[in-house]
Amino acid sequence: METIVFSLLNGVIYGLLLFMLSSGLTLIFSMMGVLNFAHASFYMLGAYFAYSIMGVTNFWIALIFAPVLVGLVGAAVEKWGLRRVHANGHVAELLFTFGLAYLIDEVVKILWGRNAVDYRVPEILDFPLFELFGAQYPAYRVFILLVSVAMLAALWFILNRTRAGLIIQAALTHPHMVGHLGHNVPRIFMTVFGVGCALAGLAGVIGGNYLVTDPAMAVQMGPIVFVVVVVGGLGSLTGAFLAAMLLGLMQTFAVGIDASFADMFGWLGLSATSEVGSITIASLAPMIPFLMLVLILMIRPRGLMGDREL
Amino acid sequence: MKLVKSAALAAAMGFAAMGASAETVKIAFIDPLSGPFGPTGDAGFKQFKHAAAEVNAAGGMNGVDLEIVPFDNKVSPKESLVQLQKAIDRGIRFIAQGNGSSVASAIIDAVNKHNKRNPGDEILFLNYAAVDPAFTNEKCSFWHFRFDSHVAMKMSAATDWIADRDEIEKVYVIGQDYSFGKAVADAAVGQLAEKRSDIEIVGNELHPLGRVKDFTPYIQKIISSDADAVITGNWGADMVLLVKAAIDSGLEAPILTYYGGSLGAATAMGEAAVGQVRQISEFVENYPTTDAQIARIEDFEETYPENDYYFHRVYNAVHFLDRAAEKAGSNDPVGIAFAMEGMTHDGPYGKVTMRAEDHQVLQDLFVSTFSADVKRDVEDTGLGWTATDAARIAASETAPPTTCEMDRPSR
Repeated sequence: METIVFSLLNGVIYGLLLFMLSSGLTLIFSMMGVLNFAHASFYMLGAYFAYSIMGVTNFWIALIFAPVLVGLVGAAVEKWGLRRVHANGHVAELLFTFGLAYLIDEVVKILWGRNAVDYRVPEILDFPLFELFGAQYPAYRVFILLVSVAMLAALWFILNRTRAGLIIQAALTHPHMVGHLGHNVPRIFMTVFGVGCALAGLAGVIGGNYLVTDPAMAVQMGPIVFVVVVVGGLGSLTGAFLAAMLLGLMQTFAVGIDASFADMFGWLGLSATSEVGSITIASLAPMIPFLMLVLILMIRPRGLMGDREL
Repeated sequence: MKLVKSAALAAAMGFAAMGASAETVKIAFIDPLSGPFGPTGDAGFKQFKHAAAEVNAAGGMNGVDLEIVPFDNKVSPKESLVQLQKAIDRGIRFIAQGNGSSVASAIIDAVNKHNKRNPGDEILFLNYAAVDPAFTNEKCSFWHFRFDSHVAMKMSAATDWIADRDEIEKVYVIGQDYSFGKAVADAAVGQLAEKRSDIEIVGNELHPLGRVKDFTPYIQKIISSDADAVITGNWGADMVLLVKAAIDSGLEAPILTYYGGSLGAATAMGEAAVGQVRQISEFVENYPTTDAQIARIEDFEETYPENDYYFHRVYNAVHFLDRAAEKAGSNDPVGIAFAMEGMTHDGPYGKVTMRAEDHQVLQDLFVSTFSADVKRDVEDTGLGWTATDAARIAASETAPPTTCEMDRPSR
């Protein structure tokens, strides 16, 4: 029972964090056709910006300004970098973001050093909120939950209930038509890229102190984010949400389950001492995202909710 | 045309001769210098450079300066072999590596093979941190010297500590899923059964190396198992994240670590870990020692303000190499290897011996405690590691017999 409750809570939080990260990537991809390899780097920038801003002011100011700053960096990258490269086709764009990811990595190492920085949970949120089956549940986790849900609601509202959202949705599928109607499509692209990066930055701000803020965080998060986007279906926010939750839950549940292959397939005559039988479900947890990626591409190449083939 | 050719040949030979005459003795440092374990490897590299500078200041190795050449292996055994070949091609005869027993295992095999095929061109492997017991037991090699106490030796310090505490009845073992983590788990289970058969192992878990971002699910399993003590061999990011999750979830049981002093761990642990996290190591920053050692620590931390003095064994390795070269009267790896066998050194933390039978270092170990009341802190946290004499375990007590049957070359 306690395993289920905890896995559920942790899985949902991890899933929401993943969604926050991948929502920006999905938006950018569906609009511009650019698979942004540097996306996880913006997540890292968010965490480092928040750490620096927190050093001189406090967490709440960092929570607002760090994502804005990351968004501005993203918009600048789009305006002065990607837009020029765009003329040379998708491969050039892909390579551009690939190089950018390494560039940001190195810049972060130069500015903040190669080691983890002491980016802490704010004191006001650093207390156990409740105790469940003997384990404390940190208040900060619930805070992550709240921020993620708020972001989710805001994103949904903007995209579905405002005029700006309408134009963005239109530009996703028919950029030329939107341009002919008199909208400044490059500016829409820049805004979307900026907002996408800002979302990754926000994930960095609240995820950086929940996990660890070090120069390796982008490299570690990068592949998982791609899995979410591909499994969810390229360009589908709903799909990304489903995939993120699925991934978060499956990973935490797998860790929580105390069983081995022998327990599951014992009826087939698999013994617990054999090589295969002694593999535990928990040890498979980190493999799950990539297993999902491979399976989805084989069975349903457009992803859970995607509307186009990869 | 012929003239040009021979001129080119002469020039090439001239270059080759220059390379071979080598004004320095080079040690290839093959360890991760990027990625999740990059900071750990980088810290080791800095200590090697510092130790080499010390030897050079005292006149070098038989009058020749030492030079440490970094090679990034990304903790991958495959990549390490590529880097090892690069080092050999550059004429480097000494290899230093520590992070990852999987890597060390591959290097030992490659070094054995190389030395068999290239008599007269042997290379030596100085292992400063890879602690799979096999390397000085069934897999022992004449060309490998280990300057860190291996898993079972460190575990005997940890299990002694647990055996002395009657209130500990349930122990949870968690580690990284590769040869090292498995060795830790086996040593813990085996030794606890021997020393305190009443202790129940309530969990024995392996997680993937360097891939887990949030250890909370693992910690919650530990909490619901009612463990009274946790043993972990984790290092690098895995250590930092594990302890961080433990503290956030309010795990109260003491955590016995091999590498609690890993770079970044102190920062992540903070005040909450004081008195709870322990480390088994050959070096404790706040343990009383000689003035010379304090001067060395201060000099290191002044030279590399980003790092704390941590790998004391690196100095042992470099000084053993230097003294063995002096004893052998040459910088040839074979002579040095013979000279190093059985060599002893009165270090600032007790006597250090290189056991001749298996090339395993024997040294005193400490079970140190993370404390707020320290003179020397780590990572500017105001917190650091202390140990009392009671927490010191003599080298003789940590030294298990070896099963090594070493194949020695003829002199």
